[in-house]
Amino acid sequence: MISLESLNRALQHWLQSTLGDPWAYLVMCVLVGLAAITLFAVLGLALVYMERKVAALMQIRMGPNRVGPKGIFQTSADTLKLVMKEGLTPDGADKFLFNFAPFLVMIAAMLVLAPIAFARNFQIWDLNIGVLYVAAVSSIAVIGILMAGWSSNNKYSLLGAMRSAAQIVSYELSAGLAILSIVVLAGSLRISDIIASQADGWWIIKGHVPALIAFVIFLIAVTAETNRAPFDLAEAESELTAGFHTEYSGMKFALFFLAEYINIFIGCAIGATLFFGGWMPFHIGHWEAFNRVMDYIPSSLWFLGKTLFLIFLIMWFRWTFPRLRVDQLLNLEWKYLLPISMINLLFITLMAILGWHL
Amino acid sequence: MLEEIGTNDQGDMIINIGPQHPSTHGVLHLVITLNGETVKKVEPHLGYIHRSIEKMCESLNYRQFIYVTSRMDYLSSHINNHACALCVEQGLQLEIPSRAQVIRVLLDELTRIASHQLWWGALAMDLGAFTPFFYAFREREMINEIMEETCGARLTMNYIVPGGLMMDVHPDFQRKVKAFLVQFRSKIHEYDELVTGNVIFQSRTKGVGILSKEDAISYGCTGPTGRGSGVSCDIRKLYPYEIYQQLQFDEVLEQGGDSFARYKVRIGEMIQSMNIIEQLIDNIPEGDFQAKTKAVLKLPKGDFYSRVETARGELGVYIISEGGTTPYRIKFRSPGFSNLSALDHMSRGGKIGDLMATMGTLDLVIPDIDR
Amino acid sequence: MFLTDYIKTVYGTLGSLLKGMRLTGYYFTHKKEIITQQYPEVRPVLAERFKGEVVMPHNENNEHRCTGCTACELACPNGTIKIVTKTEVNAEGKKKKAIDTFVYRLELCTMCNLCVQACPSDAIIMANNFEHSVYDRRQFTKVLNLPGSKIMEGVE
Repeated sequence: MISLESLNRALQHWLQSTLGDPWAYLVMCVLVGLAAITLFAVLGLALVYMERKVAALMQIRMGPNRVGPKGIFQTSADTLKLVMKEGLTPDGADKFLFNFAPFLVMIAAMLVLAPIAFARNFQIWDLNIGVLYVAAVSSIAVIGILMAGWSSNNKYSLLGAMRSAAQIVSYELSAGLAILSIVVLAGSLRISDIIASQADGWWIIKGHVPALIAFVIFLIAVTAETNRAPFDLAEAESELTAGFHTEYSGMKFALFFLAEYINIFIGCAIGATLFFGGWMPFHIGHWEAFNRVMDYIPSSLWFLGKTLFLIFLIMWFRWTFPRLRVDQLLNLEWKYLLPISMINLLFITLMAILGWHL
Repeated sequence: MLEEIGTNDQGDMIINIGPQHPSTHGVLHLVITLNGETVKKVEPHLGYIHRSIEKMCESLNYRQFIYVTSRMDYLSSHINNHACALCVEQGLQLEIPSRAQVIRVLLDELTRIASHQLWWGALAMDLGAFTPFFYAFREREMINEIMEETCGARLTMNYIVPGGLMMDVHPDFQRKVKAFLVQFRSKIHEYDELVTGNVIFQSRTKGVGILSKEDAISYGCTGPTGRGSGVSCDIRKLYPYEIYQQLQFDEVLEQGGDSFARYKVRIGEMIQSMNIIEQLIDNIPEGDFQAKTKAVLKLPKGDFYSRVETARGELGVYIISEGGTTPYRIKFRSPGFSNLSALDHMSRGGKIGDLMATMGTLDLVIPDIDR
Repeated sequence: MFLTDYIKTVYGTLGSLLKGMRLTGYYFTHKKEIITQQYPEVRPVLAERFKGEVVMPHNENNEHRCTGCTACELACPNGTIKIVTKTEVNAEGKKKKAIDTFVYRLELCTMCNLCVQACPSDAIIMANNFEHSVYDRRQFTKVLNLPGSKIMEGVE
């Protein structure tokens, strides 16, 4: 059966046999880079399209339906428009920081891609501290947002950036604790190990109620960390017009926009990996026939399906809820999510010690 | 301007909100003084959409000037026209046929519902939820269609002329209005599920933008803004015009004075308006839709004042006549202007998000404030 | 009790949020609720009274009903209508006033319907056409009486 894994193997084998070791490695690196950039572009376009369609259907509209069949090329056309537009740098702005910020945000989003397992044995880098790496690197993005807000020399941007910083720094905590609870259950930080530990059932099922609570908290934290409604205070168009990217235009704006969607994808991919077993198919105990059928679905599809489901959930939130106020946002984190996730972590540790999850 | 007043002596940040800003619903310009996220002062600047309607009206005759007033508070344009027509009729001492009175009231209440529906969607949008806007417009569209069929326009109707109505209602009017009532009654629970009951919405509006009863009176706040603070100020009850005296409806009063109280007043008013429509829709009397008037209207020398309850509060029309065919001087007392004046008082000490919530529940229509 | 209140708050919050999500979820899954009208393909159904622009109907003999009395011009609040009259001599040698051009400036018109109401001979009516965009604003100044048109028999 053709799978991403076997394709990867074959390519690697072929390169090594024709080019020799160091060159093959270099070519692989370039190919991975290209693949990552392509993935980003495709993901960005697809997710923006999906968002617009989901929003439209919830708002009893039709959504994009003019460019291409069912409007699938609408986002490409929009991107083309953004590329053609002038990327204006305001006079009073700090030129270097202003132009660098979108790239920093983008780079941070790209780095997090490394340890994510897209399919069975298909990973850029199976790092032994994979989950920790994700949690650490994803918070670099806040520096880019702060830079953008500060260097724009615009008060709306500044307020947006400050809000964003306060928000991301706080929500990192409960996201971290939610991740930690799965690490406690799985007993490893390595992503492939975490997935392997879910071969006989996903953590959201095996982990009973505490895992469910951890999942809800994780989902809220991811929504907040990616600055999406109801936590989109950094942008908050009815208050700060566009928040930290008020002054950005053209491709630089598009990079922020793209990074937002990439971050959602990555957040949801991590969520799917931790709670829904990543590429692991859905198995039920001893139903051998059922499990076989499930195995027949390619692992990459399992991963993509779970991730898209989580992305859909986050979009659902966005198109249903009003935005929180900045003090309520911090209250929610420090008075509700953090205490709950701490106690929850204790429960999970207890569960892990007593071996209830097995 | 930004360079000059970037910060004040205390190091507070001064931000211009508007004249082009998503949540000012038009060209309102607010200069706000911020300490971090906390609003210290709000200074509304007006004049971006001033068209000197009052001055224009002085050169138009008593039939012509009514259409201009549709452009003031464009969301309750029918009620504006009504106020002007009442003032002219007062001067002419005209007896309006009861059919015209009933239809005027019916359309007034439909306008009020449409205006409140738009406000509901726009308020949710100010608070960051986009979806309610579309749900609100779905039902509002039905009212617009009724207006289009009967008045020939969807927003600036100009259906009222001194002495009655421009033409009779469309034969389909009653059926359509009844269909709207059925549809709206079946959908109003969505307003509760999506917005009213939502915890985020409640925490955004409860205890926000508090206006006490005394302050509401001293700022001259009328309409739902005043009634949200417990001030009984419904012109339909206090100074009944047309046939409001014979109708059964409640003045919706809330004592809270915060944004949520104002929200609840408007939601309650939509239901009251529906009750009024239900009382009238089957009882439209037969008869003329227009009283006999002269071709050229001349008001006697003197001054005339009429007031009505628009969707935003009390609209007063004051005409001084020298006995000619055009008013000597005309003055509108617009509800939005007084309500806006309370904004500074209400939003001090709150966050920027509170300012938007307060502004949203004041239901400002900028052309009404500026005229 | 603090803890029960705390749990109640959390529970109530989740409940209210799920209620909202149920509603949006309902519309997400029910495509028949979509209210979008695909405008250029699907033409809107306009009410017959819809005020789109002022037109002067002509019959098949290129005759209109306008006597040139300028009642509409006087009724118009904006100076939208300008009537230029001429004197015609009819078959019996009688001089008679008739319109030369009926100028209608669409860009000034607010569709208030006062001219139509003022017209004693029903010469002008409101038409439904609402697509008025043009590339040159001079095209907004329209002459409503068709070239070579005459007043209908019997209209005074």
